[in-house]
Amino acid sequence: MDSPTAIRLRGVSKRFAGSSTEAVTDLSLDLPEGSLTALVGPSGCGKTTTLRMINRLEEPTSGTIELFGQDTRNMPLHELRRGMGYVIQQAGLFPHRTVAANIGTVPKLLGWDKERIGARVHELVDLVGLDPSLLKRYPAALSGGQQQRVGVARALAADPPVLLMDEPYSAVDPIVRLRLQDELIALQRRLRKTIVFVTHDIDEAIKLADRVALLDVGGVLAQFGPPDELLRAPATPFVERFLGNERALRRLALHRVSDVTFGPVSSATTGLPCVNQTAGLREALDALIAHNAPTVIVTDDVGTPIGSLTMSQIAVALHEDRA
Amino acid sequence: MNKDSFIWWDWVGRHTAQIQSATYEHLRLTLIAVAVGFALSLVLAAIALRVRWTFTPIAGFAGLLYTIPSLALFAFLLPITGFNTLTSEIGLVSYTLAIFIRNIVAGVDSVPPDVVNAANGMGYQPIRRFVTVDLPLAAPAIVAALRIATVTTVGLVTVTGLIGQGGYGAFIDSGLSRDFSTEIVVGGGLSVIMAVGLDTLLVGAERLVTPWKPRPGKR
Ligand SMILES: Nc1ncnc2c1ncn2[C@@H]1O[C@H](COP(=O)(O)OP(=O)(O)O)[C@@H](O)[C@H]1O
Ligand SMILES: [Mg+2]
Repeated sequence: MDSPTAIRLRGVSKRFAGSSTEAVTDLSLDLPEGSLTALVGPSGCGKTTTLRMINRLEEPTSGTIELFGQDTRNMPLHELRRGMGYVIQQAGLFPHRTVAANIGTVPKLLGWDKERIGARVHELVDLVGLDPSLLKRYPAALSGGQQQRVGVARALAADPPVLLMDEPYSAVDPIVRLRLQDELIALQRRLRKTIVFVTHDIDEAIKLADRVALLDVGGVLAQFGPPDELLRAPATPFVERFLGNERALRRLALHRVSDVTFGPVSSATTGLPCVNQTAGLREALDALIAHNAPTVIVTDDVGTPIGSLTMSQIAVALHEDRA
Repeated sequence: MNKDSFIWWDWVGRHTAQIQSATYEHLRLTLIAVAVGFALSLVLAAIALRVRWTFTPIAGFAGLLYTIPSLALFAFLLPITGFNTLTSEIGLVSYTLAIFIRNIVAGVDSVPPDVVNAANGMGYQPIRRFVTVDLPLAAPAIVAALRIATVTTVGLVTVTGLIGQGGYGAFIDSGLSRDFSTEIVVGGGLSVIMAVGLDTLLVGAERLVTPWKPRPGKR
């Protein structure tokens, strides 16, 4: 990735007053513009603290943080924060304001006029897939998933280049969480924000992130790289343990069928399972195993066969990627 | 006509003008005390919230004022400030402080930390956050304090009858000195009615300022 660096952490450490240990230790990260970086690690490893140092809700004990090349310490606090969307667990919506007013919070702080805020709110409701009839409601009348969507809409309201998200989906039930994750992926494809996403869930990180920064206790960076790289080559035993079992299987989910050099359409396709070329390799493997078939037929979006894929081609693909 | 009867309606009929002006006076003394006490408490509570260690001395001082018997306080103030509204109000306001300060601080403390965190993260500056986020969310606790302070003050105003103020208190004092129960009943009864009336208004006001609060039986 050759995008310019949006957020640069240089030797950032944080020790809270009265604590004998560092919450974050000598952390250096370059987060490219338009990328989604997941900060992952066990509970208490300093993920939240790292995120909060970016918008200066916490001040580093040492080290510097730059935003688009500018030291954040030289920026007025409220300006820095209004230029970064902030989404937290439980959404943190204002209970005393309607959904519309919640979404319009930062534009209002920025002094936009009423019509402009109203128009923007409607745009956002559409963007995050909320029913406009919810706009007049108060947050208490929304489901957890709806509240999180409002939280995301609110964070995006003033169209900030940076989005900070702290375990935004950890309080919603698993089915809704998967939906929200898919929505975020779709949103990010359109908006290309620089997103820092804190989660303790490595699967969520692998699914969403362009890059994963895995932190160990004390905020020590254990490994920083694309999800596939962590799964393929864990840098330390800690990383290996944190990633858990079935690393090869989980890598499969990160690759699409279309990324692989598959064979031509075989003559006899009857009885063979099919997968769309946009599907993940994991899905292709699942089809092979489920049908006890030697090959799976690859189709295009309208269902026309365009090739065939075998188990060993899948395995080779994972190994080729190692180069 | 029996002077010993509990209430003598004829007297009431002949004194409607006095009753009216006493009602006005009682209301005026109450509202000034509650408003001034509230404004003062808002400032003191804001200080206590911002500089945490000041809470103990501020709340302690207000609590101390609250424990002084009202009669003693008015007697003490009288030689300094004289027979006037100022004397009454100093006493009345000082009783509201403890009620207001503790409730405002408790109310603001009960604002969910997530909400405060989100507000800070979105770039709220302190005073704006206090006024537009913290206070509205503390509204239930603040209205509760307003209700207690108002009802208490309506009762205390009668005591200022002793220093020539007091709205309905003047009837009670006069009734006591003349051993005339009608005046005592009228003064005491109207004072209770005023307290209940203002309290009811405040209950309604709470619904108006907290439309966001989920209420049983209504969505
Ligand atoms: N305000 C604070 N004061 C003191 N210690 C804190 C504070 N916030 C976090 N910590 C400590 O710093 C460490 C990292 O916390 P945090 O960043 O919240 O971890 P994570 O988000 O990864 O679970 C923990 O040991 C936590 O107890
Ligand atoms: Mg955390």
